[in-house]
Amino acid sequence: MSSFVRPTWKDEEWRYADFGALDRIEPADFDGWRQVDVPAGETFRDSFVLDGTTPDLRRLRIQVGEGGRAEIFAVNSGSDYARLEVEVRLARGAHFQFGGVTIGGGETVREFVTRIAHAEPEATSDQVIRAVHWNQATGNFLGRIEVVRDAQKTDAAQDFKGLLLDRGASANARPELEIYADDVKCAHGAAIGQLDEMARFYMAARGIAPDVAKKLLVRAFIADAFAALEDDDQQERLLDAALAVLGDTLEGDALDVIALAGETA
Amino acid sequence: MIEITNLHAEIDGKKILNGLNLRVDAGQVHAIMGPNGAGKSTLAYVLGGRPGYEITAGSVVFDGQDLLALDPHERAAAGLFLGFQYPVEIPGVSNVQFLREALNSQRKARGEDPLSGGDFLKLAREKAGLLRLDMDMLKRPVNVGFSGGEKKRAEMVQMGILDPKFAILDETDSGLDIDALRIVGEGINAIMRRPDKGVLLITHYQRLLDYVRPDVVHVLAAGRIVKSGGAELALELERDGYEAVVA
Repeated sequence: MSSFVRPTWKDEEWRYADFGALDRIEPADFDGWRQVDVPAGETFRDSFVLDGTTPDLRRLRIQVGEGGRAEIFAVNSGSDYARLEVEVRLARGAHFQFGGVTIGGGETVREFVTRIAHAEPEATSDQVIRAVHWNQATGNFLGRIEVVRDAQKTDAAQDFKGLLLDRGASANARPELEIYADDVKCAHGAAIGQLDEMARFYMAARGIAPDVAKKLLVRAFIADAFAALEDDDQQERLLDAALAVLGDTLEGDALDVIALAGETA
Repeated sequence: MIEITNLHAEIDGKKILNGLNLRVDAGQVHAIMGPNGAGKSTLAYVLGGRPGYEITAGSVVFDGQDLLALDPHERAAAGLFLGFQYPVEIPGVSNVQFLREALNSQRKARGEDPLSGGDFLKLAREKAGLLRLDMDMLKRPVNVGFSGGEKKRAEMVQMGILDPKFAILDETDSGLDIDALRIVGEGINAIMRRPDKGVLLITHYQRLLDYVRPDVVHVLAAGRIVKSGGAELALELERDGYEAVVA
């Protein structure tokens, strides 16, 4: 085995990481890439909840065959450094969907890193990332999209939004697009904001306590990340996992009522 | 029901309310009219507890309680409803979710049992029907994509569901066409015209008062009530303008 060299802040891919935490990660974990091959025309879906109390590094390499589909949904909400890396190679007409939420407080750094290679024509990718942080916490998203010279009709979208609940919290988004084909669509957006004070007052004026109002607003904010997940139960499970760090404040089961409303229309 | 005494309030160091006195008894509807910048919306926001306003003097007693000592959500639970001049859009939160959370939060604060999903929807459907608002709109996010008139009708549906003791309605009539004005007026009467309830209507125009007939009309100017009278005062204002009446 070659001699292991830990990443440093000079490595672009790691520059926002928590190096104190990286020192506590076993060298073997850096090489612990999980390989996934998605055969042509098939769908692979997996979801992750990184909510541990020790540093966590997950690395995933996915090859998606022609017309295949890979979907990854993740919540990164632990109390120590956690990083999920996903590398994807898309064949002709393949699709990659990513929905990720970093959420939490403390001084913790939580990050997602994606590298997507549109290696053949007509592949699509869609990534929705939401970061919600308080205290001195940091949420990072490093997203690289590479479109090779022959990958015409590529359609790639990347959407990052950060919601900072305290002055000391931060969010970093680093989109990186390398496009060598000329007939492609690559959209990326990044925005950072705070909770809407008027919405909070409106909710309070209707009797909703501040902690519940906050949870409803955060829920609405992060829901976009999992909107593409077709399984409603899974969607709910991930939202609950993300919101668990805000404490147990929501009355009843909100989705219950929405389902009821549908039935009785 | 509500007694406001010598209320002084400012925002960003600018004095808006300057010794306002007002008392509304149960069973009454009072209207407040007044020129732009008189402090009408500030009064509504101060009573609702919007952050940013500083109360420098005065008191507000609501149903025997010191209103100004309560947080905004506690004021709502105590039975106060603030109808917004510009209802707020909340993307991603449906009306149904929002209102059930609101109603059950209020019930919890009052020591009552929460309403079940089924009972809540029955109530919501009834109140939406009263305001002729399509039930489908209540499944959509709060006020998102609603027209001006729909927002105001949705406010009244909220009021119907929450069933407050006292409602402050800040220009609920603005942005309504003639039919919607009548529906909203009738809605206010159906929900709030009761011996144990009170209403403070803030409006620029006489026309809403054709449907919701006020017991008392006040003129607010420069942060205090400068004139009070019966329903005929609104007609006088409409005819002669604020300047002539206040002078």
